[in-house]
Amino acid sequence: MRSTVPVQTADGADRPRLARHVRLRFDPARGRHVLLTPEAVTVLNGTGAAVLELCDGQRTRTEIVAALRGRYDSVDDDEVRLFLDRLTARRCLEAGRG
Amino acid sequence: MASAGVDAPFGLLAELTYRCPLHCSYCSNPLDLAAHADELTTAEWQRVLAEARELGVLQLHLSGGEPLLRRDLAEIVQCAAELGLYTNLITSALGLTPRRAEQLLAAGLDHVQISLQADEAALADRLAGTPSFERKLVAARLVKELGWPLTLNVVLHRHNADRIAAILDLAEQLEADRIELAHTQYYGWALRNRAGLLPSRAQLERAQGVVRAAHERLQGRMEVIYVLPDYHSRYPKPCMGGWGRRQLTVVPDGGVLPCPTAHTLPLPRASVRESSLAWIWESSPLFRRFRGTDWMPDPCRSCDRRELDFGGCRCQAFLLTGDAARTDPVCHLSPDHGLVAGAVAAADEGARTRDAVLAPRLYPAARRSR
Ligand code: SF4
Ligand code: SF4
Repeated sequence: MRSTVPVQTADGADRPRLARHVRLRFDPARGRHVLLTPEAVTVLNGTGAAVLELCDGQRTRTEIVAALRGRYDSVDDDEVRLFLDRLTARRCLEAGRG
Repeated sequence: MASAGVDAPFGLLAELTYRCPLHCSYCSNPLDLAAHADELTTAEWQRVLAEARELGVLQLHLSGGEPLLRRDLAEIVQCAAELGLYTNLITSALGLTPRRAEQLLAAGLDHVQISLQADEAALADRLAGTPSFERKLVAARLVKELGWPLTLNVVLHRHNADRIAAILDLAEQLEADRIELAHTQYYGWALRNRAGLLPSRAQLERAQGVVRAAHERLQGRMEVIYVLPDYHSRYPKPCMGGWGRRQLTVVPDGGVLPCPTAHTLPLPRASVRESSLAWIWESSPLFRRFRGTDWMPDPCRSCDRRELDFGGCRCQAFLLTGDAARTDPVCHLSPDHGLVAGAVAAADEGARTRDAVLAPRLYPAARRSR
């Protein structure tokens, strides 16, 4: 019975970082990055892993999107934002400020 | 990496010991606890973890019984952390002293889940069969102090289903990050005590109202996970995400199972003392027996939901019908559904249940451990 109420989303000035209990790892068995939490394993695609590697608590959301633009030809800003929102709602990401 | 068209498992449930200071009557551990007393050594567990990691396992749940009764727990955690496994300790918290907690933190333990029986000492201690409530609260605070996120687990049944609001208040006071309210699953000791544990429909309806309100109130502060009782559902649960599909369990004496209750099934055994974990996962008759959908009889074989719930739980089918290959009787489409409906109806009447005596889970005194 998971909730569907949207939580407050962050703005571009937030500096997201992985929550303390969340681990981002490369899994050699699957050749993919994975996000590990107590209840789930999320197998990431290349872009997802790239986004999360940029979530270091230093860069703002706006800077993360900019950094991705430098790396990939087409970056869908909304998709990145949605991805970050979803992980924030699942409490995998914390929004550090300043 | 698993081969031969078999996906790699994600999670390993390591039941380190069946010894436990508590005596919960809803425990799903096997009734013949003493038969598994020849526990794996530290070195054997370390080998199992290395094999699991190589096979593709990413998450390690350390459970039991009470895993803290293994004096080598920190060593096992450290080995897992070095292998890159996510480590989750599932504990009654008895024995989680500051010294041990700090050892585990230093060893790299990622997450702690503490079980609670109720919101207040008298009821909780009665359900656990031993004074434990106050010590659990102390340990829960310690977990937060050391900077771990805190997850509380509460198994729900007839005797605490009406206490959910107070349990949630307590969780809030303890600043829990997550709480899992999961209805009893009827295996092992719980099945033996089923008549005394099954809640009534009225209790369930009240519980759902309380949980719904809590979801809204606690949004963003505490995650509330509510697991419905399968006996009261139309469809069964997709047990373990499918037989031999995502998870495996290693029990204290090295037996390997697709799910923690599968030792009840009349199937060939598999053990890490005799075979590699990779062979057991990919090729053992035990793991192949109910993998996929080919083994299914009707009504599952021709049902649209067969890839969603995999025909439900094999252990439940066996425990209730005597045949592990039948549709889970929880499913309203099962020809054996009457077996479940009958137990649910009896719980609603409350006739049988009022005087049902709960048998405490007992670990025999004569035991061996290393
Ligand atoms: S359910 Fe209770 S008795 Fe069973 S292992 Fe857990 S704490 Fe021990
Ligand atoms: S008939 Fe089988 S596959 Fe269909 S819902 Fe019931 S248990 Fe699931």
